[in-house]
Amino acid sequence: MSFFKAENLAINFGGVKAVDGVNFEINKGECFTIIGPNGAGKTTIFNLISRIYDSTEGKMTFDGQDITKVPPHAIASLGIARTFQNIELFEHASVLQNLLVGRHCHSKTNIFSELAFTPSMRRTEIAHREKVEEVIDFLDLQHYRESLIMNLPYGVRKVVELGRALCTEPKLILLDEPSSGLNVEETQDMSFWIDDIKKDLGITVLMVEHDMGLVSEVSDQVLVLNYGRMLAFGSPQDVQNDPEVIKAYLGE
Amino acid sequence: MSIGCIYALVALGFVLIYKATEVVNFAQGELMMLGAFLAYTFISILGWNYWAGAAAAIFCMFFIGNFVDRIFLRPVLGQPQFSIVMVTIGFGYMARSGAGMIPGWGTETYAISTPFSSEGMNLVPESVGSLVISQTDLSVIIATVILCAVLYAFFTHTRLGIAMQASSQNQLAAYYMGIPVKAVFSMIWGISAAVAAAAGILLAPTTLIDTSMGFIGLKAFPAAVLGGFGSIPGAVVGGLIIGIIETLAGFYLPPGFKNVAAYVVLLVVLVVRPQGLFGQKTGKRV
Amino acid sequence: MRFLFKTDYDQDIRIAKHSGYYWSYGLLLLIVIAAPYFLEGYYIGQMTQLYIIAMAGVGLMLLAGYTGLVSLGHAAFFGIGAYTEAVLTSNGVPLPFVEEPVIFPFVISMPLAAIFAALAGVAIGVPVLRLTGIYLAIATFAFALVIEEILSRWESVTNGYTGLLVESLYIGDTELTDGAPFYFLCLGLLVLVILMSINLLRSPTGRAMMAIRDSEVSAQSMGVNLARVKTTAFALSAGITGLAGALFAHKLGFLSPESFTVFQSLELLVLVVVGGIGSLHGAIFGAIFVLALPQGLAILKDYLPTAIAETPGMEPFIFGLILVLVIIFEPYGIYGRWLKIKHYFQMFPVYKKATFKRQKAYMKSERLK
Repeated sequence: MSFFKAENLAINFGGVKAVDGVNFEINKGECFTIIGPNGAGKTTIFNLISRIYDSTEGKMTFDGQDITKVPPHAIASLGIARTFQNIELFEHASVLQNLLVGRHCHSKTNIFSELAFTPSMRRTEIAHREKVEEVIDFLDLQHYRESLIMNLPYGVRKVVELGRALCTEPKLILLDEPSSGLNVEETQDMSFWIDDIKKDLGITVLMVEHDMGLVSEVSDQVLVLNYGRMLAFGSPQDVQNDPEVIKAYLGE
Repeated sequence: MSIGCIYALVALGFVLIYKATEVVNFAQGELMMLGAFLAYTFISILGWNYWAGAAAAIFCMFFIGNFVDRIFLRPVLGQPQFSIVMVTIGFGYMARSGAGMIPGWGTETYAISTPFSSEGMNLVPESVGSLVISQTDLSVIIATVILCAVLYAFFTHTRLGIAMQASSQNQLAAYYMGIPVKAVFSMIWGISAAVAAAAGILLAPTTLIDTSMGFIGLKAFPAAVLGGFGSIPGAVVGGLIIGIIETLAGFYLPPGFKNVAAYVVLLVVLVVRPQGLFGQKTGKRV
Repeated sequence: MRFLFKTDYDQDIRIAKHSGYYWSYGLLLLIVIAAPYFLEGYYIGQMTQLYIIAMAGVGLMLLAGYTGLVSLGHAAFFGIGAYTEAVLTSNGVPLPFVEEPVIFPFVISMPLAAIFAALAGVAIGVPVLRLTGIYLAIATFAFALVIEEILSRWESVTNGYTGLLVESLYIGDTELTDGAPFYFLCLGLLVLVILMSINLLRSPTGRAMMAIRDSEVSAQSMGVNLARVKTTAFALSAGITGLAGALFAHKLGFLSPESFTVFQSLELLVLVVVGGIGSLHGAIFGAIFVLALPQGLAILKDYLPTAIAETPGMEPFIFGLILVLVIIFEPYGIYGRWLKIKHYFQMFPVYKKATFKRQKAYMKSERLK
């Protein structure tokens, strides 16, 4: 029984087949990477999994449960968290608040106890904060704890977004181009963190990435997409030597 | 029908600004009011010919629109849309009360004498039937048609029109492509103000001029939304539909419904089909 | 400059960030509690009105400032609250099994007014869940116009333009809706509303609201149920504004639809913007501004030449001008300026102007297909 499985996944945007009959399986505890030229449909697959888009066809199962029709806000509590290609943080809030929003799927308070801030409310709030501090320690964000996102440099925002996803305590984390816009050093850090997420926290990673260095360092399996279709699949080395893949990237 | 045309013209002004700058101008009605007052000044106070006065008013409003953009909107360029909308609301307040303070304008109600009679005339041969319409209304309809055609051609066929569309989609990219975004924005405000002035002048014989005539601008929202914000033909069709709905509501429904019919339609449209009749469905990309 | 060392999670949750807060807000509270004993009746009335408007401002701030849903129709909720209160406490409601129309005591009628307004908030909030930004503003605007028309046409209940008289309330022999007792009632409710808002903002729902304001997609991916949080925000905001409306009914003593027009909606929005969007302080500062402006102008008129002073329309003109100036020069309103001044003294003498410098911004369309 695979951990995450996509069967014959497809979506059309006004006649354009952005994703067309894609099948893949992710095993628990591995790092699965999707690569492909721009416009290949990588981010669209992420949006399908996080249910921002409805798939035209196909089925997705996660942890033994069919998630093809689950509402988008329920995805997080099932254990799937994600980051975004162009960073979607809450700009006018502090790092701490951003991370706390990541805890939202675990909070079961009702509006009245919130308005009164009852003692039990206070206790759960403190429990959330303990969890958030763990993530802050893990990603070395102590220094930026109280800063507003809009005042932070791009590289730090990327890390905060990763942290926010981790705060949901996911079983599967979707990373959309974790290294885009980062310099060499930051990319290296990112690669260590992804490795730690996989090995120490035991979270399965699904990632879209362009930087082949990072991909070969951390990935166990690689899926290559082109024009919404599957082009190749295998270990990073296999894929890099695949003549079809080279053709797709470099042309004839 | 003619009231629908006025809505259409004011909605057109909204749409022009929205299309090019993504700002919803809450002071569009006030621009119209200013235009009407200018025309009143030229024609009735200074005693010019109707056509010369109207042309002069439209011309002046072009510069006033330009000016408004430079003074009020340029400093907030690139700020959140909401702040910009608030600026236009603030300008609306200022224009409304400012016009009341200008000597000769004041808070009273005025009329412009026009060359059009309000008598009805039959448009089709008597053998076919009768379609009676007053000259005033006819002038409104014809002017609307001409203005729409010109604007539509301008947006789709001239370099400047296309530049305007480009700058609305991505200001930074438009800068890089060598489009003088700020100048383009001022230009569009000028054009929009000129259209508003035309609407004001055409409206003048029907409703008379006073400082609160700008409220008709609020009626143009339903028109613009119905047509799909950002669509020029949509604004015209929306304006006409709203005009017709209002007239029908006035006839067939109890009093009070006439005032709100347009807004009820607006709410229904927003709930059922937010992109309007001609708009495009949009969503943010991630 | 004060540095905060945090050793406990409670420190992040606590309302007061450090002991200075107890002193400054405690002093403020003392002053407003003592106010009726040394101020004249007129000023007490003004202060009472300030609290009412500030409460409505807090209501709108929760929606516009924290959830990012701009409402151009809050006067409708204000009006619904006011009329509900007036009908319940003055005319009474005919109920089954009771011969006379039932007149409600204010402890029941005021919550009912708030609940009615909240229901109206849900009624408009739910259908427009999909809308954001300007479309939402226009929808609420249309809603407010419709409500305004209903208030003026539903004559059997609202008495239309003839107006509705609001009876004064009494506890024993003391009149509750005038002078010092009413002052304390409004103050107490305002403090209660503010405390509840602060509580909300440090809880998951409050954070979810801010998340929605900044990025709906990612809020959703973090497990925020957009529909539910937005509806909650609408209901709360409308409810608080409705409660303020109920108090306002007693303040006015006489209701007519003209008190709840689009202009009141705009004025509330201006209050929020000028006060400082996105902060509860802003609502208070904004209310002070909205109330003090006409007063200030009245005083100013004495010093101006009669030709200018007598011009009608001076007040809305200045109102519009200040609104424009605030947005251009101080996007975070009076509260933003307050923070800067505070910061200046804290950092003295090394204050850098650049601390609050805005980045040059370019608008990018969100209309991408």
